[in-house]
Amino acid sequence: MNLVALRMLMGDKAKYIGIIFGVAFASLLMTQQASIFVGLMTRTFGFVSDTGQPDVWVMDPKVQFIDDLKPLQDTMLYRVRGVEGVEWAVPLYKGLLRARLDNGNFQTCNVIGIDDGTLIGGPPEMLEGSLADLRRADSVIVDVVGATSRLAKQPPIDPATGKPMGPPVPLKVGDFLELNDNRAVVVGICRVSRTFQSQPVVYTTYTRATTFAPRERRLMTFVLVKGRSGEDPKALCERIRESTGLAAYTADEFSWKTVVYFMKFTGIPINFGISVILGFLVGTAIAGQTFYNFTLDNLKQFGALKAMGAGNLRLLGMIMLQALVVGLIGYGVGVGAAAGFKYLSGRSELAFRMIWQIPVITAGAVTIIVVLASLLSIIKVIRLEPAIVFKG
Amino acid sequence: MPALMPIEQSHNPGSHSSARGLAIHCKNVTKSFSAGGTSIKALRGIDLDVKLGELAMLVGPSGCGKTTLISVVAGILDRDEGECLVFDQDFSKMSGRQKTRFRGQTVGFVFQQFNLLPALTAAQNIAVPLLINGVSHSAAVKVAKEMLDRVGLGDRSESLPRQLSGGQQQRVAIARAMVHKPRLIVCDEPTSALDHETGHVVMRLLKNVALDHDRALVIVTHDARIFGFADRVFKMDDGRIVDVIANPSSLMSPADQQH
Repeated sequence: MNLVALRMLMGDKAKYIGIIFGVAFASLLMTQQASIFVGLMTRTFGFVSDTGQPDVWVMDPKVQFIDDLKPLQDTMLYRVRGVEGVEWAVPLYKGLLRARLDNGNFQTCNVIGIDDGTLIGGPPEMLEGSLADLRRADSVIVDVVGATSRLAKQPPIDPATGKPMGPPVPLKVGDFLELNDNRAVVVGICRVSRTFQSQPVVYTTYTRATTFAPRERRLMTFVLVKGRSGEDPKALCERIRESTGLAAYTADEFSWKTVVYFMKFTGIPINFGISVILGFLVGTAIAGQTFYNFTLDNLKQFGALKAMGAGNLRLLGMIMLQALVVGLIGYGVGVGAAAGFKYLSGRSELAFRMIWQIPVITAGAVTIIVVLASLLSIIKVIRLEPAIVFKG
Repeated sequence: MPALMPIEQSHNPGSHSSARGLAIHCKNVTKSFSAGGTSIKALRGIDLDVKLGELAMLVGPSGCGKTTLISVVAGILDRDEGECLVFDQDFSKMSGRQKTRFRGQTVGFVFQQFNLLPALTAAQNIAVPLLINGVSHSAAVKVAKEMLDRVGLGDRSESLPRQLSGGQQQRVAIARAMVHKPRLIVCDEPTSALDHETGHVVMRLLKNVALDHDRALVIVTHDARIFGFADRVFKMDDGRIVDVIANPSSLMSPADQQH
């Protein structure tokens, strides 16, 4: 009878495709929106992920997320270094500084100052030049997105048309920048993870960053700490907190703290949550309506089967099989389309991260959709009087 | 569910014969429906005996209770009162599951609108009762094809219902009703959707192929042209059997008799 159920399902091609479309649409929307949401949330802590060497991030206790800059006194570095279990601790500067472009415009840059001696905290991937070039005078490393877009040299304006006389010329090694009236020379181009901040990222040494930055009493944003071999990072965080009064988090804790901040204080989860819920509801409605219509259209056939001796359990099994098939195909099409979406978007600016939990959760949601969609049909068929077949 | 008895064995004349030689024995059967708060009496004390090997027709105006009566006889509807035995089996003493199983093994149905599954081929449609009774798909389709041969459609086994004429569809429906060798075949207006000639072909088929001395055929019809095929005609009106005609060919026109 399973074959009969499948032939019944696939016999009406329009309805069959309609049901699959409903489930696929729901799967696609839920998977795609959830993946973009996770992608965006991953961007919030992109800088923490890029800075891979330290076990512990130390900061002002009032810091709520990675871009919440509350500088510390330089002396705090020595206090942290004095905590039991610390292998090394280095300063990190993070701040927004204005760069003057060659056409006279200004562009705010996210300047990262890393430890002069060890260069710990540098970019994760160098495309041109090397990290060690930061030891040269006035040197900076610029991220590739910034170098090719906001920091790119603008071509002269054609006086006749008022339009640029060509495309912008990307910043390259050897070019100069002016950061807060300080001369900086580009010695490398790097690639960094996209973050919520759209400004170009400029790496330099800690000392140089503090000279670029406006004069302030406190300039050190974070202390990056490595624990001794075998040291539990969480226990080390606790000791740093007790000894210094500063906040100390493992990289994972700091990333999660950042995600929580964005989830709590921005409308992002609500917006994406609504999209996901809409996908679920619309998918349920389309699939449910079409599946129910399909059952109504076949009601006489089900009645005939019932009259001929097919019990409720058997008919229920047939409907569940039909629901399972459309659920599986719809899910596959939807998640496949979401994966294709990721493939097509390639290295674009789209934040898309399909972690394994998303297809699993989508599978659960699709199961609920097909169960709900088939429930009405099951009730209808179970309550069906086989005598319906004698009605003309 | 027990496996269906092999067709050769289940069709062993005399092995299942009713003690009284009756396929159906109904005594004072009543059935009411409630609609809009009022009770409608569809059957008002029906007495009906159908013998083994008999072709009985139920005739009468619309709403007289014919369809309700065959629904009760086929175990699709429960009666309110009275006694109704089908091959000495009382549906009222069966559980829902037993009734379904009994129907699946003992009753074959031919419907007015054929009710063939549109997505299945002729052979697959005929195989459905066997599949319901647990026969494997390949074995069921094999038997179904043999059945198609018997109704003269051996070359249409792979045709879908929409590719068949009305008469061919009804022949497929008849083959489906007989494929599992049921002992009672219930037909609801089997010729109403067919032209005169095709109606006679279908009735000859029913009489010659479906009927033997261990079986019974009950046909609900309005079609006076086919009354002559019946052994007895039970005239119904207002939920009662008002007349039993033992020589129904007298009801047919001379042209139909000659046909």
